[in-house]
Amino acid sequence: MPEKKIRVLIAKPGLDGHDRGAKIIARALRDAGMEVVYTGLRQTPEMIASAAVQEDVDVIGLSILSGAHNTICPQLMKLLHEKGMNDVTVLVGGIIPEADIPALKQSGIAVIFLPGTSTQDIVDFIHKRVA
Amino acid sequence: MSEQRKGSTQTVPPSEASSAHREASAKEQAWAKNTLQPTLEKSPERQSEFTTISGHPIRRLYTKADLPDWDPDRDLGFPGEPPYTRGIHSTMHRSRLWTMRQFAGFGSAEDTNQRFRYLLAQGQTGLSTAFDLPTLMGYDSDHPLSEGEVGKCGVAISSLADMEVLFDKIPLANVTTSMTINSPAAIIWAMYLAVAEKQGADWKKISGTLQNDILKEYIAQKEYIYPPEPSMRLVIDTFEFGVKNTPKFNTISISGYHIREAGSTAIQELAFTLRDGLEYVEWGMRRGLDVDQFVPQLSFFFNAHNDFFEEIAKYRAARRIWHKAMVERYKSKNPRSWALRFHTQTAGCSLTAQQPYNNVVRTAIQALAAVLGGTQSLHTNSLDEAWALPTEFAATIALRTQQIIAHETGVTNTVDALGGSYFVETLTNEVERGTWEYIDRIDAMGGMVAAIERSYPQREIAEASYRYQVAVDKKEKIIVGVNDFVAEEKPLDILHIDETVAHRQAARLKKLRADRSQAEVDRRLNALRAGARGKDNLMPFLYDAVKSYATLGEICDALRDVFGTYEEVAIT
Repeated sequence: MPEKKIRVLIAKPGLDGHDRGAKIIARALRDAGMEVVYTGLRQTPEMIASAAVQEDVDVIGLSILSGAHNTICPQLMKLLHEKGMNDVTVLVGGIIPEADIPALKQSGIAVIFLPGTSTQDIVDFIHKRVA
Repeated sequence: MSEQRKGSTQTVPPSEASSAHREASAKEQAWAKNTLQPTLEKSPERQSEFTTISGHPIRRLYTKADLPDWDPDRDLGFPGEPPYTRGIHSTMHRSRLWTMRQFAGFGSAEDTNQRFRYLLAQGQTGLSTAFDLPTLMGYDSDHPLSEGEVGKCGVAISSLADMEVLFDKIPLANVTTSMTINSPAAIIWAMYLAVAEKQGADWKKISGTLQNDILKEYIAQKEYIYPPEPSMRLVIDTFEFGVKNTPKFNTISISGYHIREAGSTAIQELAFTLRDGLEYVEWGMRRGLDVDQFVPQLSFFFNAHNDFFEEIAKYRAARRIWHKAMVERYKSKNPRSWALRFHTQTAGCSLTAQQPYNNVVRTAIQALAAVLGGTQSLHTNSLDEAWALPTEFAATIALRTQQIIAHETGVTNTVDALGGSYFVETLTNEVERGTWEYIDRIDAMGGMVAAIERSYPQREIAEASYRYQVAVDKKEKIIVGVNDFVAEEKPLDILHIDETVAHRQAARLKKLRADRSQAEVDRRLNALRAGARGKDNLMPFLYDAVKSYATLGEICDALRDVFGTYEEVAIT
């Protein structure tokens, strides 16, 4: 039987439209053999949580550059918990001040990838975590 | 230049095409045999292929063999004269330096007003306003979707009352102001004009720039609200209003900056931007405006990325192409329509979160390219760009970088210092040729709106962006401090914007709504809706609405009622 592909939801929350990072990651993960769904722009935490349930994903990748991470991430984690998605791994990539990282991890975010991260590091992280 | 357009439907990279026909002189051939060959045998070059950051191939050496059809009188000309390759003024920076225009905006209108006044006191010569994401998307600060975003990426402006605070004690009669706003540009401009009027500044004399470039929003930055058709109508409404009422104001800044930040190549940046420009000209003409009346009020905005010579070639080619398009395509008779004027911003996407002080060096080199390329105004990014909006400390170094280039390096002493360089002229030709190829392709699709609707530019940019990322991941392109020369480091002190701005904005909006005449607001918003359903220019309706202290969100909603909203097809 073929190995089940890792399913990833790449989401772009908030009002920001800078989607270069989200698109690159979506493509890099797909090239690494994962099943990737990209939500498109301006997703609310509710929309992302619903999409995660519907697509039955193993991983959610959030791309945030706007400074709204402290509001968005805890909201999403709470919604995922309410929907019983406690096993999903949530990654954040983008512009996140280092001072904000401990609180984000506290809220359940597995890892935060800062600018300059290679796509291979992200692929490796997901493989290690989900396998 | 017409020679360069021949065969423009081919997709062969331009320099490969040109090198195929390259005929080296006898002396060059002798050099290759006697000097070059033995050297290569002894020590091969560092790479098998050298390319620009855009992936454009670069030869070992450029000589006159690379410019076989080049005619300096025709292709270079003289500064201040067609085809403007050397610059749009005869004396360029010898008579007037570029405007040092640092983009600023964060927190509340009070916060940004203070930063503006600080920058002016430090010798900055023009203002440039960054708005926060709710403002850019046409939501008030107290809208549910604004949660977490108020004052973060720029200043929060929800009504004329905020705008009055933003420009408090800044005389709009004397200071030129640029406003980076697109979907709600016409509304923000109406607020600006209302402040100017209140200050007693003459609309005929005030000057500044409205970004107002909706096409690049669909292509790259993605802060759109309405579908393309009504959005373009709003843009043309501002052109028409500007011709009559504010002849010195740039009603648009046609922007390649964001296209480049989204990951395009230099040629894509130039091609999509110039083709956007042609689209605006054509929509203006369809409205019945005279080309030579409204085109002089169109300005451009380019990126200054790391690849020094490619960027300089890009600015030089930009001027030559615009002149040619105006004269040949639109039969323009007014030299003021022919001369492409542009603002430059150094490349935010080139700056690294790692070893952030290195960003001062990157920015200085990028700024130098913009100056040598003949820019009219310049923003230099701050060293903390990859972390947050700039602190006052970082913003000051960025401004000082421009002052050092202007007053210490000597590059302003002569016009187009690189003109006549075999390399720069060849690269200018190649960038021009590649740009025309894209323009021809988009013409064949039926124009830029049609191309956007089939995701053509979006897809081209995504491809280029991914190619670059792969090259970085493979270390084919080195980024100092990121994929090589890595070091441990301490965190940087950065600007932090907390949620108190949002709370203050919400309280202020509540008070505004209580103090104004709601009946008057409703009447003017209804008039705006009726106007939007018809064909009238909407600027007077927007101006009336703004003056009644209708909020930005209410005005944008009134237009959403009539125009609907736009959703893109997400491609990855």
